[in-house]
Amino acid sequence: MVVLAGGRSPEREVSLRSGRRVAAALAERGHEVRLLDPADEPLVGSLAPGDACYLALHGREGEDGTVQRLLELLGVSYTGSPPLACALAFDKLLAKEALRAAGIPTPRWAAVEAPALRDLGAGDALDRVLERVGLPAVVKPARGGSALGVRAVERAEDLPEALMGALAYADAALVEARVRGVEVAVGIVGASPEALPPVEIRPRSGRFDYAARYTFGATEYFVPARLDPLTADACERTSRAAFDVLGLRDIARADVIVDDDGVPWVLEVNVSPGMTETSLVPMAAEAAGLGLAALCERVLAAALARGSSTLD
Amino acid sequence: MRRHMAELHVDPHGALYARRARGLQASEIRALFAVAARPDVISLAGGLPFVQALPEEDVLSVVRGVLEGRTGTALQYGGGPGHPALRGRLAELMAAEGVHADPEAIVVTNGAQQALDLIGKILIDPGDEIVVEAPAYVGALSAFAAYEPRFLTVPLDEEGMMVDALRDLLVGGARPKFVYTVPDFHNPAGVTMSLRRRRELVALCREAGILIVEDDPYAMLRFEGSPLPRLRALDPGSVVYLGSLSKIFSPGVRIGWALAPPGLQQRLVLAKEAADLCSSSFTQLVAEGWLADGRWREHLASLVAIYRARRDAMLEALEAHLAELATWTRPEGGFYVWVSVPGHLDTSALLPAAIDRRVAYVPGAAFYPDGRGRDRMRLSFCYPSEGSIREGVRRLGELLADEEALYRSMSGGPTDPGS
Repeated sequence: MVVLAGGRSPEREVSLRSGRRVAAALAERGHEVRLLDPADEPLVGSLAPGDACYLALHGREGEDGTVQRLLELLGVSYTGSPPLACALAFDKLLAKEALRAAGIPTPRWAAVEAPALRDLGAGDALDRVLERVGLPAVVKPARGGSALGVRAVERAEDLPEALMGALAYADAALVEARVRGVEVAVGIVGASPEALPPVEIRPRSGRFDYAARYTFGATEYFVPARLDPLTADACERTSRAAFDVLGLRDIARADVIVDDDGVPWVLEVNVSPGMTETSLVPMAAEAAGLGLAALCERVLAAALARGSSTLD
Repeated sequence: MRRHMAELHVDPHGALYARRARGLQASEIRALFAVAARPDVISLAGGLPFVQALPEEDVLSVVRGVLEGRTGTALQYGGGPGHPALRGRLAELMAAEGVHADPEAIVVTNGAQQALDLIGKILIDPGDEIVVEAPAYVGALSAFAAYEPRFLTVPLDEEGMMVDALRDLLVGGARPKFVYTVPDFHNPAGVTMSLRRRRELVALCREAGILIVEDDPYAMLRFEGSPLPRLRALDPGSVVYLGSLSKIFSPGVRIGWALAPPGLQQRLVLAKEAADLCSSSFTQLVAEGWLADGRWREHLASLVAIYRARRDAMLEALEAHLAELATWTRPEGGFYVWVSVPGHLDTSALLPAAIDRRVAYVPGAAFYPDGRGRDRMRLSFCYPSEGSIREGVRRLGELLADEEALYRSMSGGPTDPGS
């Protein structure tokens, strides 16, 4: 049993925290566990066919399908979604297209891509971006997590600066309409995927940014979310639908905003949700009577039941 | 699935933390530095002294000398103000630099950093005004911030702190408890306070009854030009002098010291004892042993030669790769070059892109108590080799050129669709 954590993304520290907790939880369940940081040891050479990997990597290589494709080549079974689903879910621009096509509510958005700015004169189309999206908006890197590089934009003149920040993390950004409402996260777990109770997120600062996510006590969480039963159900069903549309498996976390009319707007679905002390999916599992060890076990069982993908 | 309604307390002790601990938070910049610390990234960020240059045999022989026959002292508690033999050596060291001190007046601290904390503890009540330079050493800002002062800032130019701006603050009614300054080879700005400004500063502060905290870790790392008198030498009565062995010997021994007017000195000793009883007897004796052998000055001279060559490499590389996009200071010593980029570029926001290109710096905003400095960055030349410095600065030049082009592509700017 190998837990993959660390890596070279800006979410390295978060990943190491997730990885250590997962490793301890699985060891508690009697598994022989080794923690492997691909930034310290080359992946190929450290793994053998027949090994099983729990993926606790966050950010680029760990979540965009790169590591998954490599593990399939090596004949190593792993937890979580297959390469294509990872690539789709990790790229917010692609994921939102897929959600929209399936009729799942996702806030209005427009893409701003660095190559288009540099070579195609896209800078002159920023007016169009705001016409489509409106203000206030949120600017995000198209790929990446933990709210890194995410900025709120209230005024049109602040858009270029926010884009510069987002484009420092990825060569594409999205400008997304800000939906007001209750911020919730829905974990989806298991071989026959089930939605966990939604977790309601109330950052004390008002913004669920990096500090609010990873400083103990900076955010209040309510589990389950204080939603009426019908709304909570809609939230779970919509998250489940997003999970299926993107082709995900084993574990994921949908980030959702429930507006005043009870409509759950899906912002994104994470293929490698955080498993740290302040992370949302472990909280939701706890509320469902599932401890961290049982949660990890369930995810691992789903992967082991599947075995390693056979390659032709 | 089973459900129960609950507000989940991730931190059951969250309500217990003191107000001063509220600012202690996880941050995006810290997350990025975790990646920047990877060996494949050329770090022009940290100010790590190049301790590898110290001859291992000499260090070992000092450490052996400390332990042979002296474990009873080296492994025991010591006095709060510090080991008498070390304080004697520190007095000699300062005398050679023109600062006269009675060894009895010296308080040894865990690095000068602890002295900053103790000074904050002794002098700052919440809401008290203190003056720092803009920019200022980030570690001093964090140490003082815990005591909840109101930061007043005085800008720097090529001659160091702009004393006229301090005078204006005082004329305008400011009543700061003290003025904190790094006069020689400033961190992060790299500049050195001119003699004229030194005289003006001590005169102004003496007249106004304000203490000066002179933080002096770098002055002995001079590459060129003549040493200037320390502020403490100009006015022993109102200057708290902070020295450090971190840059001239080793930061690992954690030896700094304070030389303060008598009343403050007494409180420093008491506060030091309350904080940690005493500094490590073992490392104090190692430091004493190092300073006892005259060869430490030769080792320091070789370190200075290394730093000088690295500074030259950095300035040449900046000239070659950043000339059209940035301006920078030309330090005559120390560890740092301070770079100004076009005002529309935000060095905090660009850091992930820099790390993606395998180079790191410290964003300028870290050095201001008020969020300014977003168009500045600190580059340090102390640790990477000359080759790495050249390559790192080249990568930085490419980054800035690309980011500038990206910004220009949007510079038409959008207009508010609603208005």
